[in-house]
Amino acid sequence: MMEIGLNHFLAVSVLVFLAGFFCVLTRRNAIGILMGVELILNSANINYVAFARYSSTQYDGQIFAVFVIMLAAAEAAIGLAIVLGIYQTFHTIDVDATDSLRL
Amino acid sequence: MTEFSLFPVVFYLLATITVVSAFGVALSNNIFYSAIALMGTLLGPAGLFVMLAADFIAVVQVFVYVGGILVLTLFAINLTSRIGDVSVSNRSLGRIPAFVMLALVGVAMFRAIGQATWNLVEVREAVPTIRSLGDAFLTDYILPFELASLVLLAALVGAVVLSRKELREERG
Repeated sequence: MMEIGLNHFLAVSVLVFLAGFFCVLTRRNAIGILMGVELILNSANINYVAFARYSSTQYDGQIFAVFVIMLAAAEAAIGLAIVLGIYQTFHTIDVDATDSLRL
Repeated sequence: MTEFSLFPVVFYLLATITVVSAFGVALSNNIFYSAIALMGTLLGPAGLFVMLAADFIAVVQVFVYVGGILVLTLFAINLTSRIGDVSVSNRSLGRIPAFVMLALVGVAMFRAIGQATWNLVEVREAVPTIRSLGDAFLTDYILPFELASLVLLAALVGAVVLSRKELREERG
């Protein structure tokens, strides 16, 4: 219990992933869903850095973590711009109300 | 181990902060509280990255996530929800089926962690990583690095196009 190893970090990552997954599944607010996506990306990052530390790859995991952070930033910028566009069109960001394309 | 080590204490502290605020993000009824809890979920992993000897990633995490994405999220919340109905604007549907699915996925993942045999090596001494990462980005990873800058440029232009009113009216 007192010796912290790879599995401890993986357990934290799984719990963060589950929280993000739950967020994406249940939220009806578009910004809430984006927050869930951020949580999932963060849990992937914890995995990458933990494996970079505890396995034989030198820095590859950390480099992938940098790319994940970069893509998360791009995703947040585009996602929130889309959310603002939805708000100006529908006057709400509830994803259940924005179903104009549904038959 | 002859002397008491602070490493597990700090780890459990950071892990608790991370996990509790992650579920705060998922379960809070107020979107603003969710955003504040998101800060804990982003700062906790930054501490974990320091414990994993990834100093550069930890700093980037604080700069980009806490300084950028979180502020952007707060802006979006304040621009889209009227202050009055902030508390009801974060509704959740289908929590019970979601919990069932969560339990299934969680059990599968923890079993996978327990059963997997990782190819682990002895933990190396923690050294500053910035120089090695910079070298790697400009040698082995030069193509992904340049593509990343293109993606960021496209995202920048795309966000401006998406949120400019006059452009949208011209099209529609």
